[in-house]
Amino acid sequence: MNFLRSFDWLTLIVYVILVLAGWVTINAASYNFDGASIFDFGRPSGKQIVWFGLALFLIIAILCLDSRFYMTYAPLIYVSVMILLFVTIFIGTNINGSHSWIKIGTFSIQPAEFGKFSTALMLAYLFNGYNFKFTEPANFAKACMIVLIPVLLIILQNETGSALVYFSLVLLFYRQGMSGIILWAGFCFILIFVLGIKYSVEPLPEGVVLGLDESAPPSLKGQNLVLTIIPFLVAGMLAFFANNYGAAGFVALVAFLGFGLFGLLDHFITWPFPFQYRWIGWIINLFTVGYCAFLFLLHKVRSYITVGVFAVLFVGFLYTCDFAFSKLQPHQRGRIEVLLGMKEDLKGAGYNVNQAKIAIGSGGFLGKGYLEGTQTKLAYVPEQETDFIFCTVGEEEGFVGCVTVLMLYFILIARLISLAERQRTPFAQVYGYCVACIFAFHVIINVGMVIGLVPVIGIPLPFFSYGGSGLWSFTILLFIFLKLDATRIQKY
Amino acid sequence: MQHNFELEKRRFVIGGLVLLIFLIYILRLFNLQIVDDKYQAMARNNAFLTKTIYPARGQIYDRNGNLLVYNQPAYDLVVTMREVKDLDTLDLCNTLGITREVFEERMREIMDPRRNKGYSSYTQQTFVTQLSVEDYAKLQERMYKYRGFEIRPRTIRQYMRSIAPHILGNIREVTPKEIQRDDYYQRGDYTGDLGVEKSYEKYLRGDKGKEILLRDAHGRIKGHYEDGKYDVVPKAGHNLTLSIDADLQAYAESLMVNKIGALVAIEPASGEILAMVSSPTFDPSLLVGRERGKHYKELLDDPFKPLLDRTISAAYPPGSTFKPTQGLIGLEDGAISPETLLPCRGGFVMGRFRMGCHDGIAQWSIVPAIAGSCNGYFGWCLVNILNNKKYKSIQEAFDAWKNYMVSMGYGYRLGIDLPGEIRGFIPNTAYYNKMLRTDDWKPISIISISIGQGEILATPLQIANLAATIANRGYYYIPHVIHSIQDTLIPDTFRIQHKTMISPRHYEWIVKGMRAAAVNGTVRRSGNLDPEGIEICGKTGTAQNPHGKDHSVFMGFAPMNQPKIAVCCFIENGGFGATFGVPIGTLVIEKYLNGKISGRRKFAEENMKRSSTLQYTDYKKKK
Repeated sequence: MNFLRSFDWLTLIVYVILVLAGWVTINAASYNFDGASIFDFGRPSGKQIVWFGLALFLIIAILCLDSRFYMTYAPLIYVSVMILLFVTIFIGTNINGSHSWIKIGTFSIQPAEFGKFSTALMLAYLFNGYNFKFTEPANFAKACMIVLIPVLLIILQNETGSALVYFSLVLLFYRQGMSGIILWAGFCFILIFVLGIKYSVEPLPEGVVLGLDESAPPSLKGQNLVLTIIPFLVAGMLAFFANNYGAAGFVALVAFLGFGLFGLLDHFITWPFPFQYRWIGWIINLFTVGYCAFLFLLHKVRSYITVGVFAVLFVGFLYTCDFAFSKLQPHQRGRIEVLLGMKEDLKGAGYNVNQAKIAIGSGGFLGKGYLEGTQTKLAYVPEQETDFIFCTVGEEEGFVGCVTVLMLYFILIARLISLAERQRTPFAQVYGYCVACIFAFHVIINVGMVIGLVPVIGIPLPFFSYGGSGLWSFTILLFIFLKLDATRIQKY
Repeated sequence: MQHNFELEKRRFVIGGLVLLIFLIYILRLFNLQIVDDKYQAMARNNAFLTKTIYPARGQIYDRNGNLLVYNQPAYDLVVTMREVKDLDTLDLCNTLGITREVFEERMREIMDPRRNKGYSSYTQQTFVTQLSVEDYAKLQERMYKYRGFEIRPRTIRQYMRSIAPHILGNIREVTPKEIQRDDYYQRGDYTGDLGVEKSYEKYLRGDKGKEILLRDAHGRIKGHYEDGKYDVVPKAGHNLTLSIDADLQAYAESLMVNKIGALVAIEPASGEILAMVSSPTFDPSLLVGRERGKHYKELLDDPFKPLLDRTISAAYPPGSTFKPTQGLIGLEDGAISPETLLPCRGGFVMGRFRMGCHDGIAQWSIVPAIAGSCNGYFGWCLVNILNNKKYKSIQEAFDAWKNYMVSMGYGYRLGIDLPGEIRGFIPNTAYYNKMLRTDDWKPISIISISIGQGEILATPLQIANLAATIANRGYYYIPHVIHSIQDTLIPDTFRIQHKTMISPRHYEWIVKGMRAAAVNGTVRRSGNLDPEGIEICGKTGTAQNPHGKDHSVFMGFAPMNQPKIAVCCFIENGGFGATFGVPIGTLVIEKYLNGKISGRRKFAEENMKRSSTLQYTDYKKKK
């Protein structure tokens, strides 16, 4: 049968392994030294079997439906899910201030989970349009709209974590022709935010010498550091996105010499007036912006203006990130402060991550053995069956187990990318990239948060975290793509 | 679909980005799980609650097997800070009968790592020790309200008889320093303080047991780790049997009432101490329970210093009890012979110097000189020792003298098994060279040491040990209060015979002298026990005291042959040796040997029990 031959069995195998491993881990995470059975339906591992059964039903249904069904009904699916999300804001059960769950009898489902595949379908539909060019601003705006609607609705449900997932689709946009400058700028903004926030409170680490302003307060030193870095970030933009390596080298050289020269001078001479390092920073940054404007006037190439605008935005962001940070909700601020090591709140904001790190760290190379982890069994790690389930892997299966799981995810994501690339329709390709991006984001954020590299954002680890909505959402997401992929040769 | 090869390359950027992040994560995991091993300890701290099970402390018996010290249950209130939740502070304070300020101060103290070394919020910290039974009952009912608090059963010491606090000692909470020095201790543990509780702490305390329990994040106990495979059963401490005779001790204490001083009774053949009284004494049970601190302070502030163990921690001029040692050195060194007659002209007179004596003008040999405690005789005896032709100089002779003294147990700690012993003082040549500011001093300069005055200082224990040495005719065992330790041997040091540098035959003359003193010398009036069938030997001493009335000293042993007991009784400001020292010392001997006091001597017994020397003392209340 043609379908069976063209079906991607590798992805299915990885999927099955991950789901089984997840099930076994859920059993370990909820185990209580009481010898309870993994099949006990009163326990999460038992219930998860029921969710598998329903997921299997969904898989069969998805594979049976014709591919054209998804292409045709994508807008309908999208609109109905968006309506559901909107309704959820008002009728959702209040769980710790978030209104993202709808209770139907004893069941609870989280519509936000289904926003993902419907948004992916809608984006695919948009890109599949006749003669669609993503580089046209109107199209770019449409794509952004499609993504931002669910983001907005989910934020209104007070589920910021789930909303952030949609930003992973920026990678899809990049693949479809969005300028890489946006990615680079995003990276720059995060860097400026981290350095600006962390060193507005803390002294700079040993070894970072800024030459001038020895007596400046830490907040100024942190800003000085960022001011010093920005010209180099801008130089990077000139190099990679304006493709003007000469200009990039010039900016970097000017910044290097400027900061270096005044740093050296400060060592040897006494200024006749109270000299401040940031003046140099401002001058050099001003020069960078001016130079970009000059290049634009010279070459009439728009990317120079873009670079200049970003340079201004970077400096502006440096002076507003403190303000933006203070506008975050207290628990979010606490999580970021703990992550950046600005405070150690082991009883409050830092408790989860600290206990998670203890669990993972105590696993060692081979782990403590299945069902032998004390951190998870004795409930030290909160949310251990759901968002923090990776701890159980780390504690009981050790480094080997963690690396194996990460490798499985990488195989899945890499395979999805390669499958997406072999699609013959923009619809399937865009959809495939959406799936890859969403999986990558979930794994990276979830694992990163558990090992203390990313702030705590409550999103599940695909196929591992306990819960029906999550499992179904990821299954639907994946199998629609597998169906599209299996029927890619069909002529329409 | 059109192909855009530029854009297709971007899949590698996207895939590479994901790969890069995954590699960073693997590096981080490597660091967390393999490089950094602190997390393993942290996980253990989280999950394992190690509970200490305290062993029963060894009990203490007297030489006849009578129980002196035993254990009684008491209760400590302990707290695990991590588990304290929703505490009704005021309610707890009311139950415990403390103020909120006391509660908060105590909490701060517990959580301050500087004051409470090794503090951990995961482990139990002692909050209040030794709750009374009433407090315990009150608290027990309401424990369910105080999460994180727990009552820990402990034992405290109880005393059968209120005797011998200085020997028995007591227990108290360990200090941070002791915790640092000895891994055995944790905060809130008890350790011996004073007496055998301190010196035999290692035997008495036993071995702690432990249970390793699994505890979840809410502090609930989930059972024993590995079903108790790693639990340790506690081992009770060794029982001690002391050489003390509790009845004799109680009797001696009753005689010493209202007197300041010390009494030591030794069994010469073994060095075992039969009774050892430091007066004034106190009830050892005062230093038990929550009021311990208060009582301790009261005892510390008592002008008569009851906490001072005058038997070993106080040194006095030994007075005339020192004379036998001088006779012994003279005989051994050939400075005198038993027949040598030395003059007394109402004292020791040399040129214009005169050291008075009560014996009248005569010439004496060693036996009557000791019987009559002749100052003149022993003055000349020391002159002969120092002028001995054997030695090149007086100084050399004096150092030889000093060595003889040290061999008789003076000048250094004897090494009794009780804490706080001091060494007394026996000067040497260097000391006098410095004090007299010349290398060329004459015997006359130091003559007062011949009668146990001057710079000489001895503890009552050293004097009693001298009596035992004379009784043994030339050897002693280090005096000790331990008789036996359950399941193990007593320390070797107490089983080694120490010979003095003086041959036994010389001791016979001293024994004769002390016997003569008892029959018709300085001891005879109240100390002759011949009618009671006891051949007693004794020596009085009247130690001059620049601060007030003379101290009354008695040193003796009985019977003369195969002695069973040697005694020193030292009464501060007691006047003549015969006034207090002799009656008390001989009553103790009679009681020990005969088990009762003869009718003839009941009068002396009553007299001693009822008399007081406190009016002569000059102890003043500390400000």
